[in-house]
Amino acid sequence: MLLSPALFISAVLFTLGVAGVLFRRNAIVIFMCVELMLNAVNLTFVALAQSLGMGGQVFVFFVMAVAAAEAAVGLAIILAVYRHKQSVSLQTMNLLKDG
Amino acid sequence: MTGTAVDLIWLPPALALLGFVLNGTLALTRPTAKTLVSVIGAGVLLAAFAASIAVFSAFVGLHADEPVVLRYWSWIPVGTLQGDVALQVDQLSLVMLLVVTGVGSLIHLFSIGYMKEDPGYARYFAYLNLFVFFMLVLVLGASFPVMFVGWEGVGLCSYLLIGFWYNDAANATAGRKAFIMNRIGDFGFMVAMFMIFWSTGSLDFGTVFTHAPNALAAGGRTVTVITLFLFLGCTGKSAQIPLYTWLPDAMAGPTPVSALIHAATMVTAGVYLVARCNLLFAMAPVSSAVVAGVGALTALFAATIALKQWDIKKVLAYSTISQLGYMFLGVGTGAISAGMFHLITHAFFKALLFLGSGSVIHALSGEQDMRKMGALWAKIPTTAKTFLAGTLAIAGIPPLAGFFSKDEILGKTFEHSPGLWLIGFITAGLTALYMFRLVFMTFFGRSRVDHEVEHHIHESPKTMTVPLMILAVLSVIGGWIGWPAALGGSNRFEHFLEPVVAARSSENSWSAHGAAVASHSAETEYGLMLASVLIALVGIWLAYQLYIKNPATPGKLAASWPWLYRIVYRKYYVDEIYDAMFVNRAKDLGTALGVFDARIVDRLGVDGTGWLTRFTSDVSIWWDKWIVDGLVNFAGRVVQIASYPVRMLQTGLFSSYALLIVLGVIILLGYYGHRVMQLLR
Repeated sequence: MLLSPALFISAVLFTLGVAGVLFRRNAIVIFMCVELMLNAVNLTFVALAQSLGMGGQVFVFFVMAVAAAEAAVGLAIILAVYRHKQSVSLQTMNLLKDG
Repeated sequence: MTGTAVDLIWLPPALALLGFVLNGTLALTRPTAKTLVSVIGAGVLLAAFAASIAVFSAFVGLHADEPVVLRYWSWIPVGTLQGDVALQVDQLSLVMLLVVTGVGSLIHLFSIGYMKEDPGYARYFAYLNLFVFFMLVLVLGASFPVMFVGWEGVGLCSYLLIGFWYNDAANATAGRKAFIMNRIGDFGFMVAMFMIFWSTGSLDFGTVFTHAPNALAAGGRTVTVITLFLFLGCTGKSAQIPLYTWLPDAMAGPTPVSALIHAATMVTAGVYLVARCNLLFAMAPVSSAVVAGVGALTALFAATIALKQWDIKKVLAYSTISQLGYMFLGVGTGAISAGMFHLITHAFFKALLFLGSGSVIHALSGEQDMRKMGALWAKIPTTAKTFLAGTLAIAGIPPLAGFFSKDEILGKTFEHSPGLWLIGFITAGLTALYMFRLVFMTFFGRSRVDHEVEHHIHESPKTMTVPLMILAVLSVIGGWIGWPAALGGSNRFEHFLEPVVAARSSENSWSAHGAAVASHSAETEYGLMLASVLIALVGIWLAYQLYIKNPATPGKLAASWPWLYRIVYRKYYVDEIYDAMFVNRAKDLGTALGVFDARIVDRLGVDGTGWLTRFTSDVSIWWDKWIVDGLVNFAGRVVQIASYPVRMLQTGLFSSYALLIVLGVIILLGYYGHRVMQLLR
């Protein structure tokens, strides 16, 4: 069936996204990895919707709306950080650490 | 309220107070406005004198035997003590009122000329007006407390005016001495007041004198103690033994002040007080005897000192003490009107003599030593003639004022006690001797004036000589108000005072010892008069022999008895004895207290407390630093060490947090996945 390959691909994409978030330093790349994880989840929703009803497909639209909003806010934050620090590397963003 | 001019009795003191306020303001704001100050200073006194005459004539018109008491407002309403501010008008207070305002006016006029060049002109007149205010409160007050206010007030003004030229330490010291000596007397006055209130329940003159015969046993201990304490007050204010030593020093003040305060008015307050309380003194024969004895002794004692003084004002000061002694001799023997009569005539001629001496001092550019005077008769004729009139009056030459008053006192004393009469009689001769010594040394003989001073000798201006002339006239005719019956007169003064003196003693069953003695015959009276005139003439003759005819004799006499000379010259060492007995002992006490203060209070008390405070604070610091702070730091350190592993987790790096989240999710998923698998199996 088509179900297993779709779930496998989404699992691979999600893992790639998690790995990117965990190990990359560039904020834009991390941002893109987050998008990758969201779309992996979307693929899962769509794949399961074939057998479990239309609810999954509807939810994909909600996720895409939230992702768009997230893109707007996230890119603005990164731009603001760049103006402040002349860099988008996460290593420079450690204000929460004492000392 | 009587509806007559007597109601205006508040006016004289109010005017004097107004003068003080205005002149005091000028002294503070415009001390150079001398014309205005003169007009106010002398003007209020003349107005007060005019008001006094109006009150006097109105009162005489009333023919009142009882005093008129005018109450103004309640002052000390405490339980049974109801002290009102009230003025009393009767024959006695009216006599004093006229003397104070009349003689006071003349002295104010004299001061305009005498003090013209003084930078403290406005201040001087302010004090002088204030003095008159308090003096009027003293003589017009209708109760002991009101009188006491005046009594203290005149003491204050006396102090202020003795130390008027306060730049010289000696003057300030003299002022202090007068004040302190007066305080000793005031203590007596106050104790007497307390005892009067305690025994009669009131302090108003009227109530006290009405209740006294019932409340107090005549001749008893209480009334004797009361009157003795009253007399202690008198000895302070009126400069009698033993408190007289301040008066000669008081001559440090300006001469018109000596005339007004230390001759004519304030020092006679004691005589007035005895006269006012004559009822109490009549009830206490012992006290009366003390008054008369002290008066006689003071009269003689001061007269002998006056013989050897070189300062013209000091002679007059001792003369004043001596004459005040006469007055006390009079009131002490029950001859109240005679004492008051001498008070009036003395006010005239002693004010004249003081002002005259002021005029002499003025002419000699401030010289007061009689050894540097002489032959001034022709150079300052008005002063010299008026001065001679005053001297004849005080010496008791008929028909001048002093003759009548002194003779009346001596006559009354002779009835009572020939011994006291003898003292007074000798004093009369000494009076003539020292006064004519003064006149001869000042106005006659050879001139001993310094050359540079001699060029500047000038007669005083009109504002000074006119008061002198008026007082000279009063010194001549002032005694005629008491022309004795033996010489064909009617002694109007004695009859005038009868309501306040005789009526009281007759309305009570107690008969005054003075009145109990039968009146002596006319022959005795003539004899006494002749004797006192003769001894006065002897005194004058002696003075002439010693100081005009043979000026070398006094020096020879002094050389013959050097110890006597020295004792008299040093005023019997009374000042030295007082210094040794009281003043230096008080200083010793002060020194001892100072040592106590430095050693015990400062060293042990203050320094010890400081050391103790520092020691306890050191202990406290140690405790704070090692125990309190140590515990706090220990707690902090424990938290710091314990929190080390937690802190290591907080890297601040996003990646590490994200890794932890993912790990957590995997662990949770693995756990629940495992559980689900188990359930499904």
